[in-house]
Amino acid sequence: MIIAERKPFAEIKAMLAPYKKILIVGCGTCVAVCLAGGEKEVGLLASQLKLALGVEDKHLEIGEITVERQCDLEFLRPLCDFTADYEAIVSMACGAGVQFLNQLCSLHPVFPAVNTTFIGVNNEVGYYTEACRACHNCYLGITGGICPVTMCPKGLLNGPCGGMVNGRCEVDPEKECAWCRIYHRLELEGRLDNLREILPLHPHDRTTTPGTVIHPAYKRRYGLNE
Amino acid sequence: MNFTPKILAYVCTYCTYTAADMAGSARMQYPATVRIIKYLCTGRIDIIHILKGFEAGADAIMVSGCEAGSCHFLEGNLRARERVEYTKQLLDEIGLSGRLEMFEIAASDAPKWVAAVKEMTQRVEALGPNPLRRGKHLHPDAVEQLENMVQP
Repeated sequence: MIIAERKPFAEIKAMLAPYKKILIVGCGTCVAVCLAGGEKEVGLLASQLKLALGVEDKHLEIGEITVERQCDLEFLRPLCDFTADYEAIVSMACGAGVQFLNQLCSLHPVFPAVNTTFIGVNNEVGYYTEACRACHNCYLGITGGICPVTMCPKGLLNGPCGGMVNGRCEVDPEKECAWCRIYHRLELEGRLDNLREILPLHPHDRTTTPGTVIHPAYKRRYGLNE
Repeated sequence: MNFTPKILAYVCTYCTYTAADMAGSARMQYPATVRIIKYLCTGRIDIIHILKGFEAGADAIMVSGCEAGSCHFLEGNLRARERVEYTKQLLDEIGLSGRLEMFEIAASDAPKWVAAVKEMTQRVEALGPNPLRRGKHLHPDAVEQLENMVQP
């Protein structure tokens, strides 16, 4: 899932300074799980803003709503009518959700309340680690289920590099070398032969942004078959 | 500044509530500044409950649960402590520092409850009233609203 962290309160407050009536829109999927932008966090931000402005004897009218997924038109479209009464919108979704909301609500400024950090896993409550760089070409089948693009700070496809010392990474000696982990995992699985194959250059041309994916079943619908 | 502090105490029924009850039975004297909201465990206390308390105009909020290792539900008090620490950070950002504190008071420790209320009262007297109150009293419905929030 997508991991995000809430922006510092001062930054959010400064962004909203010119407005008197705002809508905070939460997202009930990834950012809700990582405790950054779900329904609860919308309530907390609204309460914090009310308190902060109350301390300064100012007033801000705040609407709160959380949609299932801000990155999905189906859930976002009904929100558009609802936003008309507000001067500005604060989105607590990842960058994708903020931009989608911005695209749909063209009459209002949309501000992000979280910093989107990475695609990661939920180890335990409140503890998330990066697991995927969305690199367009998955090597996990060859590398024993350990991603060299993400776990190796250099993203080497044919490691380890010369900086590995006693199985530790030279960039961060606290961490195990990703390629060492890959070697030991493949050894355990009896698949060390995988490492005899030199992986070709990563297809960086495919990673040009912004990417587009159209499911093969829907190519005709989007005029790509002919 | 001459004012009577209004302190909300979110307390666990298994320990602090009993301690407060015992303080009353023993006729122990302490400032009448505290309004108690009883939880079945401090682990039920959500960050939003604390913020809503300040929105309602509380001058300070004390969260009081069992001593570490004595939670009836094993670790509710530890979770409460994590939430209180985080809420303190949120309050620092707002400018309401020092108005929230966590205590650990066992069921038999009525004197500790009395000391905790005295400590919080002194602290609030030094800090002054919650700026959101602006001379008004705690909203009359605030405690009832919070109780409804706790017991749906």
